[in-house]
Amino acid sequence: MLKKYGGVPFIVWTIVFTVLPILIITYYSITLKDGSFSIDNFKMFFDPRILNIVKRSLSVAVLTTIFCLLFGYPLAFFMNRVKPTTERFLVVLLVLPMWMNFLLRTYAWQAILGKNGVINAVLSFFHLPTQNLMFTQTAVIIVMVYNFLPFMVLPIYTVIKKIDKGIVEAAEDLGANQAKVFTKVIFPLSLPGVVSGISMTFLPAVSSFVVPDLIGGGKSNMIGNLIEKQFLLLSNWHLGAALSMVLVLMILISVYFTNQYSDDEGGQLW
Amino acid sequence: MVKKLPKNLYIFLIFLFLYLPIIFLIVFSFNEGKYSGNWTGFSFHWYKELFEDRMIMSALANTLSIAILASIISTIIGLFGAYSIFRMKSRPKQMLLTINNIPLLNPDIVTGVSLMALFVFLHMRLGFLTMLIAHISFCIPYVVLSILPKLRQMPKDIVDAALDLGATPMQAFFKVVLPEVMPGVITGALIAFTLSIDDFVISFFTTGNGVNNLSIAIFSMARRGISPKINALSTLMFIIVMGLLLIINLRREKEK
Amino acid sequence: MNLIELKNLTKIYDGETVVDHIDLYIKENEFVTMLGPSGCGKTTTLRMIGGFVSPDDGDILFNGDDLTVIPPYKRQINTVFQKYALFPHLNVYENIAFGLRIKKFKASEIDKKVKKMLKLVGLEGYEKRKIDALSGGQQQRIAIARALVNEPKVLLLDEPLGALDLKLRKDMQIELKAMQQELGITFIYVTHDQEEALTMSDTIVVMNKGVIQQIGSPTEIYNEPENAFVADFIGESNIVEGIMLKDKVVSIAGNSYDCVDVGFNPNELIDVVIRPEDMTMCDKEHATFTGTVEQVVFKGVHYEILFKSDKQTWMIHSTKSADIGAEVHVHVEAFDFHIMRKVSAC
Repeated sequence: MLKKYGGVPFIVWTIVFTVLPILIITYYSITLKDGSFSIDNFKMFFDPRILNIVKRSLSVAVLTTIFCLLFGYPLAFFMNRVKPTTERFLVVLLVLPMWMNFLLRTYAWQAILGKNGVINAVLSFFHLPTQNLMFTQTAVIIVMVYNFLPFMVLPIYTVIKKIDKGIVEAAEDLGANQAKVFTKVIFPLSLPGVVSGISMTFLPAVSSFVVPDLIGGGKSNMIGNLIEKQFLLLSNWHLGAALSMVLVLMILISVYFTNQYSDDEGGQLW
Repeated sequence: MVKKLPKNLYIFLIFLFLYLPIIFLIVFSFNEGKYSGNWTGFSFHWYKELFEDRMIMSALANTLSIAILASIISTIIGLFGAYSIFRMKSRPKQMLLTINNIPLLNPDIVTGVSLMALFVFLHMRLGFLTMLIAHISFCIPYVVLSILPKLRQMPKDIVDAALDLGATPMQAFFKVVLPEVMPGVITGALIAFTLSIDDFVISFFTTGNGVNNLSIAIFSMARRGISPKINALSTLMFIIVMGLLLIINLRREKEK
Repeated sequence: MNLIELKNLTKIYDGETVVDHIDLYIKENEFVTMLGPSGCGKTTTLRMIGGFVSPDDGDILFNGDDLTVIPPYKRQINTVFQKYALFPHLNVYENIAFGLRIKKFKASEIDKKVKKMLKLVGLEGYEKRKIDALSGGQQQRIAIARALVNEPKVLLLDEPLGALDLKLRKDMQIELKAMQQELGITFIYVTHDQEEALTMSDTIVVMNKGVIQQIGSPTEIYNEPENAFVADFIGESNIVEGIMLKDKVVSIAGNSYDCVDVGFNPNELIDVVIRPEDMTMCDKEHATFTGTVEQVVFKGVHYEILFKSDKQTWMIHSTKSADIGAEVHVHVEAFDFHIMRKVSAC
């Protein structure tokens, strides 16, 4: 009895609350306010204002990912080269901010970048002109990097940690110096972690709406903000749905590419 | 050694970057004045105001109750779901696994608006119940993915052995399968709990009627500008999280 | 009445007929082995008897009653699984007691039965041990104890000795046979190891591709294989094509030889089987075959010698060695030429 019917709540729940919503959104994306079918919503994608926002979303997400990779990779690498007790301590230190509420971490920067914030306080202490750092794209990128850095570091650190020390020793035995060991052995083997880190950074970054909202203040809107506005402010659910589908499409494409590099059977968490 | 210095310096600088904002948050929670640029004296009054703020306290209550309910319900649904996926033939299995993974791949905002659209379609009022349903929905996949590997790791034929020895399928599940996968069940429940506590985007779209969770409360306050009550809240949360992580790590050390 | 009857039993997976309309009856107090290569259907048949796989066609009767409508947890049959399937979260005592607890025996009863089983399998005192602390052989015996403590009418064993090393396997074979005789219940054993089957069984059922090839006692199977498959699978064989010229005369590669088989059509195409141990090296006078030695391999118990005669390669088992390239004369008695009908491919 249990064998046959135990899975029913799961199946029903998933169909009603996962599949059905997607179908509804798809329906909205291909219809207009009067109920007729149309791809006009998708055509809006090419409207220069929207295209602009899409471009900005992509460039912010790409820049965020690049900076996270640039600063994160060396950290992941170095964390594997310290004493084991230090290493464990650093891992806890790295994970702690991830457990802090995302909004609090973002809000923290309001206090730093704001007109009356820490940076300006320091600047005016030195009699330097105060800056308007808030509500700029740069600020958004800084805060995004801050939020996503641990997500980039952790997978790379884990993969590098798993590299069999024997392989490194074998390379050294065959005459490779430190630089060669890195470029020929460690870096290539760390790539699955890099791919993982990129997908855990780029995908949330491109669909992010909290950071551009709080830090960008409406001046640096990304796709997420646009979608929010359609649904909550402008009641143009059809456009919002179409934009959502475009976002999902972007995600699917990225996932497809990252899947080329991984070969797990699906059914595990990392 | 010369090599040590750049490495240690780099590590220090990056962690400084990661922690400075948090340190400022904590330090200025004790600031008498409102703005971080201006230290006007030591005070606990923001903490007092935090606990007196009804909106925040009710948001906290909502957050905790939803997290507890969502993690329990999603764990139960996910447990039986994982077990029936486990016993399926490969074609329906693959399909169900793919559907299960959809909420994991979907960006938060798409999950949020699509659930909102669903609730409106079903003529449901947005509020506590819809937020709870939304939380359960995004937790279930994580529960399933925590439990499936443990099911796969079970010794081969163990369920058939239980049946062979006289156990009905239900008895086999509770006496043999459940004890085996319990670590996965607990992990899944904990992950669900953590995700639920921390969620913002999906909650934002699926709630209404002034029912807030903590993240939404912080968001509304932050949108209006600086409020050191948030600093006080952050400090308290930081201490709790640090405490939890310390306990977890100390237990791990003890096991070794 | 037969204890178990399989009638026209069939199972099809993904369009492939894994068990092909087989008929078999099994008696009480019998040690039956289903023997065959991987994929021949023996394990699937066993699982159908156990109730873990449902047949697509045919019947399984247990003491005359339809077994297929009874779920596995209600059958008076217990199974020893290939990888033991012991419950890791329970200790040895609780593993063995599992079936008894389900049936709600009294604690004192359970205690008596479990202790008796541990004695039977030679693991007294192991009650509190954890499963992962046991060796393969010990786990094996716990699995047997766990099944037998429920006093089933039939014990199914699915290649239980496969993971053990050779010496342990041979010891366990003897122990299992002794257990079966002492308990007086039916054991249905599945293996691909023909030596194992020959050692333990009262009856061997040889299977290939879902079809029963031959049923018989170990000596019958070994000495009188009914077709080329059985001859090839059991023991070493020389199998060559030949033509029955007439009764008691067979022709191989153009030469005729005396044999003892009758009942074939004149000039019928058949298979001839000669066991390597039935080929004896001799002098020119008594030679049935003459040829040149091609290969000599020392196998411990005997030498395995390959020689070629008239474009045909034969294998000899002999305690004497031979030189490669030397001429050799080989004698074969007429009754050691086994003639078999060609297996029709349908």
